[in-house]
Amino acid sequence: MKKISINLNGETRYVHVEPNDVLLDVLRDKLGIKSPKSGCERGDCGACAVLLNGKSVRSCLVLAVEVDGQEITTIEGLSKDGLTPLQESFIEHNAFQCGFCAPGVTISATELLNKNPHPSREEIKEAIAGNLCRCTGYESIIEAIEKVAKK
Amino acid sequence: MKEYRYVGKPEIRIDGKEKVSGAAIYTDDINFGPDLLYAFIVESPHAHAMINSIDTSEAEKYPEVLAVVTGKDFPYKFGLYMQDRFIFAQDRVRFIGEQVAAVVARNPKAAKAAAKLVKVDYTEIPAVIDQMEAVKEGSDLLHEDLENYNHVPWFFPKPKTNIAHWRKIRKGETQKGFDEADYILEDTYDVPRYAHCAIEYHAATGLCDKSGRLTIWASSQSPHTQRHLFAEALKPLGFTHKDVRVIAPHVGGGFGSKAGVTMEILAAAIATKVKGHPVRIMWSREQEFYNTYQRLGVKTFLKIGVKKNGKITALDHKIYWDAGAYVEYGANVVNAVGLSAIGPYNIENASIDSICVYTNLPPGGAYRGFGYSEFLFGLESHMTRIANHLGIDPIEIRRVNAIREGDKTAYGANMNPNGLLKAIDAVEKEIEWHKEFKSSDPNKVIGKGFSLLWKAPAMPPNASSSCFLKFNEDASINLLVSGMDIGQGYLTVMAQIAGEILGVPPSKIRTENPDTDRNPYEWQTVASHITWGSGNAVKKAALNARDQIFDLVVRTKHLPKDTLYLEDEKVKCTQNPNFELPLKDFVVDGIQMKDGTFKGGPILGKGTFLPEFSTAKSNPETGQGGHPNVHYTTGAAALILEIDKHTGKMKVLKAVEAIDAGKAINPDLVKGQIVGGLVQGLATVLYEDMRYDDKGRLLNPNFTDYKLPTAKDIPDKIVPIIIEVPQPDGPFGARGVGEHTMLPAAPMVANAVADGMKVRIKSMPVTAEKVVMAYLDKDK
Ligand code: FES
Ligand code: FES
Repeated sequence: MKKISINLNGETRYVHVEPNDVLLDVLRDKLGIKSPKSGCERGDCGACAVLLNGKSVRSCLVLAVEVDGQEITTIEGLSKDGLTPLQESFIEHNAFQCGFCAPGVTISATELLNKNPHPSREEIKEAIAGNLCRCTGYESIIEAIEKVAKK
Repeated sequence: MKEYRYVGKPEIRIDGKEKVSGAAIYTDDINFGPDLLYAFIVESPHAHAMINSIDTSEAEKYPEVLAVVTGKDFPYKFGLYMQDRFIFAQDRVRFIGEQVAAVVARNPKAAKAAAKLVKVDYTEIPAVIDQMEAVKEGSDLLHEDLENYNHVPWFFPKPKTNIAHWRKIRKGETQKGFDEADYILEDTYDVPRYAHCAIEYHAATGLCDKSGRLTIWASSQSPHTQRHLFAEALKPLGFTHKDVRVIAPHVGGGFGSKAGVTMEILAAAIATKVKGHPVRIMWSREQEFYNTYQRLGVKTFLKIGVKKNGKITALDHKIYWDAGAYVEYGANVVNAVGLSAIGPYNIENASIDSICVYTNLPPGGAYRGFGYSEFLFGLESHMTRIANHLGIDPIEIRRVNAIREGDKTAYGANMNPNGLLKAIDAVEKEIEWHKEFKSSDPNKVIGKGFSLLWKAPAMPPNASSSCFLKFNEDASINLLVSGMDIGQGYLTVMAQIAGEILGVPPSKIRTENPDTDRNPYEWQTVASHITWGSGNAVKKAALNARDQIFDLVVRTKHLPKDTLYLEDEKVKCTQNPNFELPLKDFVVDGIQMKDGTFKGGPILGKGTFLPEFSTAKSNPETGQGGHPNVHYTTGAAALILEIDKHTGKMKVLKAVEAIDAGKAINPDLVKGQIVGGLVQGLATVLYEDMRYDDKGRLLNPNFTDYKLPTAKDIPDKIVPIIIEVPQPDGPFGARGVGEHTMLPAAPMVANAVADGMKVRIKSMPVTAEKVVMAYLDKDK
């Protein structure tokens, strides 16, 4: 067991981890952050995406020890002071159905809009191509992001 | 058409904020504290084998292991429509991945490690992988004692064969119909198995407390049916329905896979062996593929006779299902298709044989579309082929034969009012069917494909729904129902229905996923019946509450009842514009009289719905006489496909789908269903490709090798069209659309490939490889 510290959604958290503990499990089971979901545990679905120092990573592929001293943001952190315009747009467009992919998609889209506030439709598709959604056919999600990108 | 306040409006989902803020709790997000135990399943490595012995002693000694359970602990059967499986395998396993034992430990790593120490001694016996082999006389059998299995009365198993159910339809005189035909087309079509691929796994946590109270938290489409099946299966342990409780949080996608009972029964059973501790089971992505339900595979033999003008004179449809090792749910898919494989056509002479065959592959079961995608692939390919042969427009031949209100269905009941012809017209126009499309790239061709769709809810004739409606002090409402919001927007739509009747905005109505202790009965969230069935119950509950409100106002304010109405959260009166009584003033506290006393009390609405006209009773040899399906939803779709002549690579440039929703309670959500369902359908024909080896082992149980479309793979444009020909017995005229949206995808792709490349692909998926190989063969 090793004690690591993570700047998690703006708060410094300390946690004991095994060398082979996966970040996704540590976030969910040891730190109580439940928005990142498990959908494959091998990097295929993007449901587990979080921001690591502002860049999206698949937390199922990251060992917890690797993020010692780093900054992690999940959607619990994004919505800390109220919903972001992106989240508001998702609500307005009824963008999600079951919602299970929503945290991962939100992380990918947030990263995109941070880098590129006015992305094209193709850039939006590219940015969320690593997030599988089985319900929506992506159209409503893309439209909701486009709406924010046009602002 | 009447203007409504909330019905027919694109209201925002009432669970939207929860889902985008991370507040939504799914089953595995619930905290059970430090006493939570973890179960890991020992699975069969063989497709067919006898279990000689199971040695659990080493596993039991492993640190932090609390219990190891096997079939001996639970010699109990379960099943929704046919009880053909045990909670754990008893003396025999019938597919690779079947549960044989479980290890329960303090942490998941220990459970997994100890599971490897469970020694199971097997003797392999011959496995039957292909349904056409399994159906042959003298084939090795999977279930020797089939005749002793309990099943619903509308199943007809054939003892001493692998045929679990044979649904027959004999309508009119089929031979005579073929004799009268000017042209007969006969061919076979193959549709393989598919996986649901909800992004959330199956997950269940069970807790049997020391008093004998059994609670299951499950990712579920069917909380009440699950409670019922748990209580029935575990009855020998002393459980009754009141002792069993199912709590269903948000569901991260179901598509049929979380209907009925699959792995959840393990949580229920295992919990009884570790009383006092919650025990969690969560499937992995691999288990999602091989040990929930899969969509059944099918081989169809289709023969259609037509007159020169395209009018169908006879249809003969023989459908052989690869239903897997257990068909407790899947046999009803077979039944549903048997009743409906005539398609949305008015055909006087029809013969259908839908045959459910056991194979040593994972159990087949409910999957969005419930068998209709599978037979429509052949049927709608056939219709276009016949049209082409006769030189008739493929849309025209469908118009000629389209079923209309009052025409007889395959089982002889009257067809309900429907907008099929309107849907055909709308799609024809939107896709610009009669325009020539040409690719500017000489390497590419453009093909157009068309398909009709239809589907009825497949449910027992007494599948029922119910609702409690509670007013709060501020006249906000808690609506208690037991359907599941599996993404379709059910909770929002129920709030819109109640809100419309009570003059309360949906934003002031809370509807949550159910807890069977708190919420009243609902059969299951399947069959696309929930807007219709549960919607009717909600409507009745709201009318019941309204009645109570009006009665109280009549009693206390002495106004005639028929002058009262509800609007803007107030009672108003048509005769007296000055009269306004805010609901919040009295729906809990009652109305005060001059003498200081109060009349009334909390308004509690109640509504139940059961389709009392439905019956599954019919002649087993002809299928005639009953009314097994409550109604059909119909529609049409078309697409424009660009195909690379050299690689076979395909791209959907535009897709259009029109569905008759009866009344779209929330058009935005209906459109969401159309787009999402169509993409799921396109995935089955263009992307997903399940592969087994000859031993019955699934070779690609993951998203790396079993491809789902990403945002980059969707059509350039999808146009959803809503048609509204009201369903007379639906709430505000509504009928279901959820599953239907994916049905036309596969045949219209095959038809577009045939149009563009002049090759006919008769097996799904329609891969680039198949297309290009067929194209090269054609030129030889
Ligand atoms: S769970 Fe991490 S990518 Fe799927
Ligand atoms: S909304 Fe269900 S997976 Fe995306």
